[in-house]
Amino acid sequence: MTDDQLAVPEPHSTPASTGDADTIDRFQDPGLPAHRPRRADVDEKAAKRAEHQVSFMFTLSILASLAFAICYFAVDPNLRGRLIIIGPMNLYHLILGLTMAASLLFIGLGAVHWAKTLMPDTEVAEERHLQASDQAARDEAAGILSQGFRDSQLDRRPVLLALTGGALALFAIPVALPTIFGLGPLPGDALETTVWKRGMRLMIDPSGTPIRPEHLTQGSVIHVMPEGFVGDTHGEDAPSALEIMEVKATASVLLVKLNPGDIQSQKQLDWGVDGIVAYSKICTHVGCPVALYERQTHHLLCPCHQSTFDMTDDCKVIFGPAKRPLPQLPIMVENGYLVAADGFAEPVGPSYWERG
Amino acid sequence: MTTIPQGAGSVRDRSTTETSTDDAKPSLPPPVVWADERLGVAKGMGLFKKVFPDHWSFLLGEIAMYSMIICLITGTFLTFWFVPSMAHVVYDGSYVPLKGVGMSEAYASTLDISFDIKGGLLIRQLHHWAALLFIVGIALHVARVFFTGAFRKPRELNWVIGTVLSLLAIIEGFAGYSLPDDLLSGTGIRAMNGFMSSAPVIGTYLTFFVFGGEFPGESIIPRLYIAHVLLLPALLVGLFAVHIFLVFWHKHTQYPGPGRTNNNVVGFPLLPVYTAKAGGFFFIVFGLTALISATVTINAVWAYGPYDPAQVTAGSQPDFYMWFSDGALRLLPGFMEFELWGFTFSPQIFLGSLVLLPLVWIILGAYPFIEQWVTGDKREHHLLDRPRNAPVRTAIGTAGISMYLVLALATINDIIAIKLHLSINDITVALRVLFFLAPVVAFMVTKRLCLSLQRADRELVLHGTESGRIQRTADGRFYEVHEDLSEYDRWPLVQHEPMRPLSVTEESETDEYGVDRPRGIAYKARRALSEFYFKDRVEPVTPAEVAAAHHHGEAEALPGGHAEALEESHAEEHASLRSDDRH
Ligand code: HEM
Ligand code: FES
Repeated sequence: MTDDQLAVPEPHSTPASTGDADTIDRFQDPGLPAHRPRRADVDEKAAKRAEHQVSFMFTLSILASLAFAICYFAVDPNLRGRLIIIGPMNLYHLILGLTMAASLLFIGLGAVHWAKTLMPDTEVAEERHLQASDQAARDEAAGILSQGFRDSQLDRRPVLLALTGGALALFAIPVALPTIFGLGPLPGDALETTVWKRGMRLMIDPSGTPIRPEHLTQGSVIHVMPEGFVGDTHGEDAPSALEIMEVKATASVLLVKLNPGDIQSQKQLDWGVDGIVAYSKICTHVGCPVALYERQTHHLLCPCHQSTFDMTDDCKVIFGPAKRPLPQLPIMVENGYLVAADGFAEPVGPSYWERG
Repeated sequence: MTTIPQGAGSVRDRSTTETSTDDAKPSLPPPVVWADERLGVAKGMGLFKKVFPDHWSFLLGEIAMYSMIICLITGTFLTFWFVPSMAHVVYDGSYVPLKGVGMSEAYASTLDISFDIKGGLLIRQLHHWAALLFIVGIALHVARVFFTGAFRKPRELNWVIGTVLSLLAIIEGFAGYSLPDDLLSGTGIRAMNGFMSSAPVIGTYLTFFVFGGEFPGESIIPRLYIAHVLLLPALLVGLFAVHIFLVFWHKHTQYPGPGRTNNNVVGFPLLPVYTAKAGGFFFIVFGLTALISATVTINAVWAYGPYDPAQVTAGSQPDFYMWFSDGALRLLPGFMEFELWGFTFSPQIFLGSLVLLPLVWIILGAYPFIEQWVTGDKREHHLLDRPRNAPVRTAIGTAGISMYLVLALATINDIIAIKLHLSINDITVALRVLFFLAPVVAFMVTKRLCLSLQRADRELVLHGTESGRIQRTADGRFYEVHEDLSEYDRWPLVQHEPMRPLSVTEESETDEYGVDRPRGIAYKARRALSEFYFKDRVEPVTPAEVAAAHHHGEAEALPGGHAEALEESHAEEHASLRSDDRH
């Protein structure tokens, strides 16, 4: 029994069969059944009918292609209408799609019908051979390889062999290194801080208006951005669109006014203003904005993977894949408006290795 | 039959050659001669005689191939208008609700393709639907190859290439899905950023290099774009070319049947039958994709709005092929995160993303080699297994699928919760348990099912089918005549080899005292796995068993009557065959 054999049911080649007794007692392959002619093979009328059917489908395809071209130019691209089941939709899109579908489908259906009715349906058998080459071919191949190896003298000059390997292994460095390290800056401590700093006003997102504590109602949630990055950001030293995106991704904050009596954590009370507390909106799981607040339960839910944070308990995780609480932004009142009392005390957003 | 009809090509060929008017030897058309003089193409025409077996399940791979081609065609169209830039612009196109809204050029150009370029929406829809069909096609094709054992020697390499192709396909899909820079796809990129940064040691470097700095930056869309339209398609097309070449090289596998052996391939030649069928099928797939694209909107990016890192929509999911990974992220509990030596480990994130994807594909890629090691079977296999005849393999397959389904279900845990008015936490906990339970149940049920199907096959071969004719015995009892299967019907049910565990087939080696030699771990593991695979088995019927069954049956019923009934039924069968021919 060699490694390379075709698995033939009858002969005793099975490693998993027990040998002679059952190789003898097997059924024999009866061979291909006789061909049974189709209708179109024996009935000229049927053959003619099949031909007509195929011609009909190809004609439909041609007509549909032409209809597509005509509609492309003739129909108003903004034609809208209402369809049963589907509802309101752009009819131009629908017409183009349907004519295109018909143009394609009828070619396909016609070709397959043609093959099934008129082309030969007698099955033919083609032989297979082992993939492996015979011994003579293998010997010859071995000869060629070893000849090449010896001609190159690598067999006698091991230093050359080692250095060829080394040179080939390292030549990628000059190509790959600049590509990889050119891709981006090193992270440094960029992830540790946000733009928030003491005295920066909390602004409503997206209007960009500052917030007076007395205007907040119990249980309401306000989406907040740091001053200068929201609303009308046009002036001289206005941030670029890119900077604004980065600030949104790190410094956006949720502001909630709670009943101070509901708050269970002293630190949470201290960092807020009369039950008004501000928390990072960036989920500590993989960074979606935590945007769903349930008034009754005071739960904050992240829509991405359902991490649930308890607003009354320093935004600790009570369910889901996030581990860390949402970081709290300390706030105070200055000139009647809410401002940050400091930046975040810890990195916001998803966990990362160096976060510690 | 005196006149041979025109349609009957195959019948006519042989019988009318003498009378045929155009029996002059065919000669090559001039363009082929021209090409032959330069390339010797005439020598390669034998390719057209190559035989392909016919079976609906062989079309699944074709669906994948054709949808990839549709993606290539429609994607090229999209590149003419899509602008892969995150630069800020104010939208001024014809979609009124977003007029005056700030957004990236990528998003604005996707809106333009959808609303201001004639037929653009159709092509976008075709591209997205074809992408989904591509991945569905691959998944079904992989399942076909797995459950029929088509991955066995000599096709292990092509199986590995196929698994790489499927991984590339979903990465390609994810990259494309991210390009329009709408709120939904942006959220996907945000999650990608998050799970990359969870990688131990290199996480932050990884994200800074991939995003060109802090999230979101302005590099990710252009980079995903070049991956999506150049790097990945080049790899996909290149690997696919090798994949299909190997199919030609090895010749297609076939299902067992009369006349179909391990040494041949039975089917239809490439020219003309397969060219017409496969070519026609391309148009059918393309046409159906167009039909769906015309009527069912997918990825209505205009409805989501531009990406904004501070906004999100509830119930946001990726495209379905990423569900299992997103689901894993939802199921892995947060308490798995810990800190050690001042560093953060977040296995609840990287296990579900960075580890899960490669792991699934490594296991998939390694499977043929594992099975080969267990069975010790090093022969070439060109006849497919009927899934029931490999019960443990089939059961492993369904167990894997059940795990995938549980993870995929987890991705819509919020939607299930809302629809069924259940607590999302309960659903999540239930799915966590199911992830471990479902594969065990799926395995056991499938294995039992396969074994009973095999038993049913045996029953059929041994006792034939019920004829519906009732006969009366001499002593007044009634019984139904059973008809034996014809040779042709019987063969597929009895042709397979019995698979037995190594403990039955391999002598255990003993030392000179007749004591079993001490063995290494690998040996024991292999033996144990072999038991696991083949201990419970149903063996194919042998002729001796059929003879014994007949003997038994005749002795019990009426002597001789059975045989007569058999002849009678055969005669009827022939009669019906002949009447078929006449129409
Ligand atoms: C072969 C597999 C491919 C898959 C699975 C795939 C998948 C996708 C998906 C899911 C989208 C999002 C479409 C949307 O809903 O807007 C997309 C967008 C896009 N794809 Fe592909 N694609 C493939 C190949 C290609 C190729 C070969 C090209 C170009 C030569 C291409 C060019 C584009 C462009 C320009 C877009 C953005 C335009 C838009 O979203 O409207 N794709 N792709
Ligand atoms: S990003 Fe919030 S739960 Fe995953």
